[in-house]
Amino acid sequence: MSPILFYFFAALTLIFGIAVIANRNPVASALSLVVSFLGLAALFVGLDAYFIAVIQVLVYAGAVMVLFLFIIMLLDLKAEERRKINLVAYAGGGIVTVGFVVELWFVLQKFDLGKTGFPPLAEKNVDDVRNVGNALFLTHNYPFQVIGVLILVATIGVVVLSKRESK
Amino acid sequence: MSLTLNHYLFVSGLLFAIGFAGVILRRNIIIIFMSLELMLNAANLSLVAFSRFNLTADGLPNYNAQILVFFIITVAAAEVAVGLAIIVALFRARQTVHVEDISSLKF
Repeated sequence: MSPILFYFFAALTLIFGIAVIANRNPVASALSLVVSFLGLAALFVGLDAYFIAVIQVLVYAGAVMVLFLFIIMLLDLKAEERRKINLVAYAGGGIVTVGFVVELWFVLQKFDLGKTGFPPLAEKNVDDVRNVGNALFLTHNYPFQVIGVLILVATIGVVVLSKRESK
Repeated sequence: MSLTLNHYLFVSGLLFAIGFAGVILRRNIIIIFMSLELMLNAANLSLVAFSRFNLTADGLPNYNAQILVFFIITVAAAEVAVGLAIIVALFRARQTVHVEDISSLKF
């Protein structure tokens, strides 16, 4: 991936990520989250993970975001009115976050392995979907079946949770 | 200057920090939920970056990491469905999505 594209999509992801938490209107937050996920999918393409990028767009930017917007519509949320800001909470959260970023910066300075570039792939065009499919269905078949059970449990749980109790 | 692994790791860490700040600073439970998704995606980005960095012997990306990302995305989708159902149930009971209004368990 050319560095210009990387910086463009990284900036897109991060700026719209900030927009998610800065917007007061939940709908604007959800739409910013879509753009942020699309930028992330572009970064995945740059890392030659085409299948994961497609799944990212389909599942996150598609299904999950529709679910979020649907719930916002269902609850009829308005942009929140300004409440009294809890200064201690804001200061604490800000300090922890900035501390995390500074710590990350210093850790990455010491991580010499990460300062080398990415090694080239053996062939220019990877048969990505075939390789992921092989890994998924041959090597990791058992976890794949367990995740099916998990989704079944989640589906039943959602139906039970959202069912109105009959008096 | 070419791209290194650290570039991706730093972007991933920043994305995680944004999500983390959202969870701490925001009071709307739906925004908190979106911030959780941001944090999961930050983890996905570093996994994919390591997968591309750590090639296998035949010069392919390490697909074990991408399978883990696949599972994270699946679990996150299931988690969103359950979480939003809980939020809807909560809204029905209390008519609010503001976490400071829901303090029955607060000491």
